[in-house]
Amino acid sequence: MKAFLILEDGTVFQGKSIGSEREMISEIVFNTSMTGYLEVLTDPSYAGQAVVMTYPLIGNYGITPDMESKRAWPDGFIVRELSRMPSNFRCEGTIQEFLKKQDVPGIEGVDTRALTKILREKGTMNGMITTNENYDLNEIIPKLKEYVVGDVVSKVTCSEKSVLPGDGPKVALMDFGAKNNIAKSLNSRGCEVTIYPAYTTAEEIIASNPDGIMLSNGPGDPETNTSIIKEVKKLSESGIPIFAICLGHQLMALAYGARTYKLKYGHRGGNHPVKDLETNRVYISSQNHGYAVDSKTVDKSIAEEAFINVNDGTNEGMKYAGKDIFTVQFHPEACPGPQDSGYLFDRFMKMMEERKEKKNA
Amino acid sequence: MPRIKDIKKVLVIGSGPIIIGQAAEFDYAGTQACRSLKEEGVEVVLLNSNPATIMTDKDIADRVYIEPLTVEVVEQLIIKENPDSVLPTLGGQAALNLAMELEENGFLKEHNVRLIGTTSETIKKAEDRLEFKTTMEKIGEPCAASLVVESVEDGIQFAESIGYPVVLRPAYTLGGSGGGIANNRGQLIEILENGLRLSRVGQVLVERCIAGWKEIEYEVMRDSNGNCITVCNMENIDPVGVHTGDSIVVAPSQTLGDKEYQMLRSSALNIISELNITGGCNVQYALHPETFEYCVIEVNPRVSRSSALASKATGYPIAKVAAKIALGYTLDEIKNAVTKKTYASFEPMLDYCVVKIPRLPFDKFISAKRTLTTQMKATGEVMSICDNFEGALMKAIRSLEQHVDSLMSYDYSYLTGEELLEVLKVVDDRRIWKIAEAIRQGISYDEIHRVTKIDKWFIDKIACLVEMELKMKRSALDEETLREAKRMEFPDSVIAKITGHTEREIHDMRHQYGITASYKMVDTCAAEFAAETPYYYSVFGSENEVEQTHDRKKVLVLGSGPIRIGQGIEFDFCSVHCTWAFAKEGYETIIVNNNPETVSTDFDIADKLYFEPLTPEDVEGIVDLEKPDGAVVQFGGQTAIKLTEALMKMGVPILGTSAENVDAAEDRELFDAILEKCGIPRPTGGTVYTAEEAKKVANRLGYPVLVRPSYVLGGQGMQIAINDHDIDEFIGIINRIAQDHPILVDKYLQGKEIEVDAVCDGEDILIPGIMEHIERAGIHSGDSISVYPAQSISEKTKRTIEDYTKKLAQSLHVIGLINIQFIVCGEDVYVIEVNPRSSRTVPYISKVTGIPIVPLASKVIIGSKIKELGYTPGLQPEADYFAVKMPVFSFEKIRDADISLGPEMKSTGECLGIAKTFDEALYKAFLGAGIKLPKHKNMIITVRDEDKPEAVEIGRRFSDIGYKIFATEGTANALKEAGVRAIAVNKIEQVSPNLMDLILGHKIDLVIDTPPQGAERAKDGFVIRRSAIETGVNVLTAIDTAEALITSLENTDIKKLTLIDIAKI
Repeated sequence: MKAFLILEDGTVFQGKSIGSEREMISEIVFNTSMTGYLEVLTDPSYAGQAVVMTYPLIGNYGITPDMESKRAWPDGFIVRELSRMPSNFRCEGTIQEFLKKQDVPGIEGVDTRALTKILREKGTMNGMITTNENYDLNEIIPKLKEYVVGDVVSKVTCSEKSVLPGDGPKVALMDFGAKNNIAKSLNSRGCEVTIYPAYTTAEEIIASNPDGIMLSNGPGDPETNTSIIKEVKKLSESGIPIFAICLGHQLMALAYGARTYKLKYGHRGGNHPVKDLETNRVYISSQNHGYAVDSKTVDKSIAEEAFINVNDGTNEGMKYAGKDIFTVQFHPEACPGPQDSGYLFDRFMKMMEERKEKKNA
Repeated sequence: MPRIKDIKKVLVIGSGPIIIGQAAEFDYAGTQACRSLKEEGVEVVLLNSNPATIMTDKDIADRVYIEPLTVEVVEQLIIKENPDSVLPTLGGQAALNLAMELEENGFLKEHNVRLIGTTSETIKKAEDRLEFKTTMEKIGEPCAASLVVESVEDGIQFAESIGYPVVLRPAYTLGGSGGGIANNRGQLIEILENGLRLSRVGQVLVERCIAGWKEIEYEVMRDSNGNCITVCNMENIDPVGVHTGDSIVVAPSQTLGDKEYQMLRSSALNIISELNITGGCNVQYALHPETFEYCVIEVNPRVSRSSALASKATGYPIAKVAAKIALGYTLDEIKNAVTKKTYASFEPMLDYCVVKIPRLPFDKFISAKRTLTTQMKATGEVMSICDNFEGALMKAIRSLEQHVDSLMSYDYSYLTGEELLEVLKVVDDRRIWKIAEAIRQGISYDEIHRVTKIDKWFIDKIACLVEMELKMKRSALDEETLREAKRMEFPDSVIAKITGHTEREIHDMRHQYGITASYKMVDTCAAEFAAETPYYYSVFGSENEVEQTHDRKKVLVLGSGPIRIGQGIEFDFCSVHCTWAFAKEGYETIIVNNNPETVSTDFDIADKLYFEPLTPEDVEGIVDLEKPDGAVVQFGGQTAIKLTEALMKMGVPILGTSAENVDAAEDRELFDAILEKCGIPRPTGGTVYTAEEAKKVANRLGYPVLVRPSYVLGGQGMQIAINDHDIDEFIGIINRIAQDHPILVDKYLQGKEIEVDAVCDGEDILIPGIMEHIERAGIHSGDSISVYPAQSISEKTKRTIEDYTKKLAQSLHVIGLINIQFIVCGEDVYVIEVNPRSSRTVPYISKVTGIPIVPLASKVIIGSKIKELGYTPGLQPEADYFAVKMPVFSFEKIRDADISLGPEMKSTGECLGIAKTFDEALYKAFLGAGIKLPKHKNMIITVRDEDKPEAVEIGRRFSDIGYKIFATEGTANALKEAGVRAIAVNKIEQVSPNLMDLILGHKIDLVIDTPPQGAERAKDGFVIRRSAIETGVNVLTAIDTAEALITSLENTDIKKLTLIDIAKI
């Protein structure tokens, strides 16, 4: 069946419908990862967005047990070509079936490079995937312009807390849309990880007396999370070591009066170089964010820039003065993408240990 | 970290002559690196024995030494030039080995010269089998169970403890020389003995056979601050067991999930960090197809063939960045030259699919085994880019120029299903065609996978192509099918063949439906950033993104495609210089080529680069878009020349010599008329199509005769026939491929062979110099030792040659370059071949005379006159030194290839000897070619009857310098009669001890074996020559080469070589 991708600026791409045949409107963003489409599809940070994969051959190894959450989150999936026959020893099914089962509408056969160039030049914009051949642009475009991602954290966060048992430090993981591998990265280092719904109060967390708090990644415009930001502020004043990733990083900055802003077309992929300003070492990171912390708005006495993006100089991490808090914009948990910055979990472990020793002493 | 300030003068070591396993990729890397160093204000001293390279140009380095790559030469050069640093990571294994020796013998330390780009510890850790294994074990990176052995006995013991099959890999050899898989004790002994001898350190690794696993490579970069990135990963379609140089390779990997991809990527970063590499590195893995188990196969701590491929596949200039890192920069300080926005510390993201196919030389070595093993055999490769795998594969296939244009090009339909499965077991260069046939016959993916171990994803992609063939065959061609067939890159000609239309009809149908190629950019970043370097590939069914340019006149330069025997790196040299010359004259330059190993396909050589097959249809797409003001075909070898007619039909003016005149040189009748008009003699002959006609002509002329197809390169199919039987055999071989043009039969004259390259502006000519071949006519010019200035011809003959050259150039209305080969018998001069285009000798003669003939020819093509360019027309004065170009062969790599020299070219590369005296130049040339004598002072002479008188004299001279001569009965008798001591030995078909025992006894330095002419040539003595080559013994098959060698050896007083900076010529 024919499908159409219609952009806010009136551009129309024709392709073939994949997955669900229902119509969808969403914010269109592109991801440059060459592998890891399943991790992308199940990353809750994509809630409220439809993803374009710039790599043209998608689905080559099918669906493997590598989901980063229980379900697919993007509103839509846009590809150049889906493999008709996946091949991998762990393959459990095709991506076609997966999209259908998850009710994700998609379109195949799109000139994804041309589409990416439009998004790069004009900035991220909204779009529609439809199978209706008689679409009317005059009617659709105003609708597209109206679309806002809105509050999506509430959609993606877990409804109840859950625990991954471990013998090591106790970590409270705030689930703003956490990818599985954050909990796994901590758990594999021995941590007992308690995953809390995003709207859990700071009091409840602090009362559970964790050795560390992990603020997860998540979708949407960080500034809309006003109530969570307040709780984050309280958590940060508890003295408990905090490590934050992506949305967590942005929320912490917002809690301390900094501003966030929307990037023209975001950073989504597995090849972004970030520099650790302490060591001047550069790491290749996995990224997925449309907003960034404006480092100029951060009070230097409160926090210092710890990482920057080598390509465009944008903020990639903060270190909070006098506190056991460090936050990064990128994804040390990888999945998909390079594992180079996994050492940050070790840094967090060390921070928790030192804190414990101090307390015991 | 900023640049290290006290690096001011750097010695860069090149890789030497082109041989299988070490080819043009090092010219590409070296040239890029030298330019990168000069950009930083570093004075570059270059050493490379290969004159055909671009890196040995004075535009590329400040001081250029085309001298043998030996420790002595490097030491002498360091003393002479006094560089502060040596950069050895750009010249392949050859340069790395030299650097190791200089470090080990303390010379570098003694002379206060630092090694940059790597350290000796790094080289040792990566290259020494034992140290490598220990290092990998230390960081927990798995290697296949293995043991380094130094004796056959140890090898047997270990192999039998881990079980056969085992893989054998000699240490410190290139292209996996001497390696292989042994399935039993017999094979083990054979391969191991050979490998131990070929290894520089006498070590061979015996390891668990992981054949059938996926073979995956990562190209990694690291700087002195410890920052590392991967540039690209690549997946071999052929699983482990075939050398990666002989595998079909795809980038990025297609069948790896993110887990596998990142697991290996992290491993590669671990390895490069542990080895402390600063620069580029290649890591090869075997990945179990059904688990996460993997083994590190090999690490190359330098730029390599794979890194050249990765650079072209991603747009990331590895060699350039490696050079900057060697100077102290860190990755985050080096700008990405493609985007000019991002930095070198960024991993390229591809939004297309790249396929590389090796160019194997089995069309040249028809007796050779086509089987592919861990020993590399390819002489070159092609690469293609498309947004789908099927398209990339189809484009790569037709780029090969091996009479293949689709998966239907080899016919296996006569085989039954069972037979097919049987032939699929044979791993050779035609495997994908066999798989296609298996699919046509309905054999299941599982079955094909079981036999070939090729991942089913690739099998399915081949099936997609087969299904499209069938679809077109079975139903009328409609728009949708045509669109889909073009998306998969079926060429019009193939669609026409399948559907029963003409090519023109398909072409018109496409245009009617608006199905035309559009072009996308290779930008390193999947369109995330706007890139500034116009490097393009074609796709169907997408938007075009090439920027229209109109401001300057445009010239299209057609490249020479894959490196093969007969059409090597020389033509890339010519294409690049032509491009630069046109750019200097204000033209916008556009290069079309498909060879990832070359300088011409570097992203910043031309204003625009199209990485495309060189077929008329592919070029037409570019022409339609760019509308060039003209095309230059005379620098790209036969590949470009073949496009002339098509270009004219597209309305593109051919700049320089016109197409009719190119034809006139190849068309026998037209050419004879010109010769007659000019009063120039040529050997008599005739044109034929069949063996019967050929025999008639041959008998009229009298044997021996030369038989060859017209319009070929490197004398392909050219043979000397001595009787009717030979004619039958040769014509049969030529006609195995349908001939568009007649076959030529000429009287064979045995005289001196002379060659000239000249520039002609339509009136005047400029001959930089006359070259003379040491071997008499009958041996292909590319396989002959060539001497400049000509030594043994009279002044009068030289004037005759000048006169003939002028007349021919004028009559053929040559504008640009012309290459002519003559035979001189006494004072008589005959023309044997005229090529109105650039030739193999152009870089050589340019460099040794200092006359830049490609730029001159380019200016002439644009309209300048020789007189205006500062040259007096005619033959230029001779230089006051001698230059000897020596062919270099790769026979040991090609099992069962006949090594005897004849009219068909067999050499893969060349080196140069340049000196004030002829003897020293010759000595240097032999040294550069790696002929190191003597070790044992034992030699074998076995020559044909007509060579015996000369062989006796040569034998005497060898005997005089202390050689013990073994000879077969006839030759031994001849020697003894003349008073030369010789020991008679049995021929190999006679009882032991015989010649074979001598050769296998590893006591022989040299074999002189001249086989008789004719069809029997290849058969007679074949086993002796093969055994000698495979045991590392030097073999000469022409009596003149033997004489040159003894002349060189007699000059033992040449101890200290005089090194010549050719930048000053």
